[in-house]
Amino acid sequence: MTEAGTDGPSIVFHGATMQLGERTLWHDVNMSIREGEFIAVLGPNASGKTTLMRVLLGLSQLTGGDVHVLGRPPRRGSPLIGYVPQRRTLDPDLPVRGRDLVTMGMEGLHWGFWPGSKADRRVIDEAIKQVEASHYADRPIGRMSGGEQQRLLLAQALVGGPRLLLLDEPLANLDLRNQEAITQLIARVARAGNLTVLLVTHDINPMLPVMDRVIYIARGDMVIGLPDEIITSETLSVLYGAPVQVIRDNQGRYLCSGTIQ
Amino acid sequence: MPAFSWNILADIAEQLQYPFMAHAYAAGIIVAIVAGIVGYFVVLRSLSFAAHALSHVGFAGATGAVVIGVSPVFGLLVFTVGAAVGMGLLGKRLHGRDVAIGIVLAWTLGLGVLFLSLYSGYATEAYALLFGQILGISLRDVYITLVAAAVTLAIVAALYRPLLFASVDAEVAEARGVPVQFLSVAFMVVLALAVSEAVQVVGILLIFALLVTPAAITEHVTARPAKAIGLAIVLALAFTLVGLFISFYVPYPVSFFITTLAFATYLGVRLYDWLARRGRLFHRPAQ
Repeated sequence: MTEAGTDGPSIVFHGATMQLGERTLWHDVNMSIREGEFIAVLGPNASGKTTLMRVLLGLSQLTGGDVHVLGRPPRRGSPLIGYVPQRRTLDPDLPVRGRDLVTMGMEGLHWGFWPGSKADRRVIDEAIKQVEASHYADRPIGRMSGGEQQRLLLAQALVGGPRLLLLDEPLANLDLRNQEAITQLIARVARAGNLTVLLVTHDINPMLPVMDRVIYIARGDMVIGLPDEIITSETLSVLYGAPVQVIRDNQGRYLCSGTIQ
Repeated sequence: MPAFSWNILADIAEQLQYPFMAHAYAAGIIVAIVAGIVGYFVVLRSLSFAAHALSHVGFAGATGAVVIGVSPVFGLLVFTVGAAVGMGLLGKRLHGRDVAIGIVLAWTLGLGVLFLSLYSGYATEAYALLFGQILGISLRDVYITLVAAAVTLAIVAALYRPLLFASVDAEVAEARGVPVQFLSVAFMVVLALAVSEAVQVVGILLIFALLVTPAAITEHVTARPAKAIGLAIVLALAFTLVGLFISFYVPYPVSFFITTLAFATYLGVRLYDWLARRGRLFHRPAQ
């Protein structure tokens, strides 16, 4: 487990332990994530990736140890965190436009019904432009493709001016071309705002060009490091307690054989 | 009976001469506005069945109230709000439990029938409760409805933005600190109030026409929330007022006209949609 440098860490775990019922998701984790880092979070299903997101969002509590997000304990509803949860299929008849979805990210936190100011509308337009969705933002969200919806959900997360972006499997159910496009978009947006990104994914390969480090969660253990350090036959075999072979193809992509992924 | 003339304004003026018509128009307008707004969220949150269930529960409450000598509206309100809170708290556990809910509300309807039989000379009350009795509304009822509607609308206005967020994207809303659970229960209470008000106009069995159909129609027309709500209100008003107007000359129940107008409009919009999609007969402008 590597410790990061001293320049204003974005997330710090101290002896963090998470237990859900009988299972220990992770145990005595010490790690630190720098501001602006792009971290991919990997691991098999039900290993605790989504729980990690929930802990950072303040929706779940660690059973042991502590975690600090941007210098403070996690707080529900912190405006400093943008969250894009796992995609669900939206009802095609949903009477809401893409633009409205983005607007909610800003307006939905306030009581009352009065529409926002011109300045607010500019921020929303900016966010939509940033995700390159200006030409279809006014269409009903239910009738958009997966990639289009994903961009608008990203805009919704950006509209609050976050410093940390949490994305749970944003590339699921997207075709290869869209996966690349969305990955590049997230990286661009993160660089522009110096945002820290934690992105849960099943497949590391689309992330390789843009990410800094990898968090790998499996069987009660969470490790962080460079992909070369973590995604190796040795490390993964130890993590899974079973023989895992990792091969790199001639493009640098990782292929795993064994009981996982 | 006065005859229909093509001078609509004169006709309306003539109808308003009769207090029962004036009350009916007043109550109709108030209820239609509430139904339009609340109906939008009912459709958005997929609560049409819950709305239906609440009206059945209300029936048992209303009839039970009369049996113990209390005002039926009071019984209606108590039962619907109680059931609403219960449903709101059960929340996600109700998902896909249509069968269980259906069984419970079939029983509440049976309860209502029992209460009816316990109180003789009740036939007209029952009819009014089941099918609406807008032509029998007193001035006092209009005032009560006005107050209830004002309260309902005030609550919706206060909850509007977070409610919209929680209805469209509950997970993100929760992560951003929106009190999703509280809003669920609060909206169910709003729904109970709206159902209780609408029952006066169209009765328990025909709630759908006012609460669900207008919003269901607007779903096919626009995707902008503000526009959708506005249109739902306009439609609910149109169905109610035109239905009332017609019933003055044609002696059939008002609720029949209201539901027929609603249904016809819904059919028309669906047909238009289908034609536009099939033959591209019309160029559909971007919304």
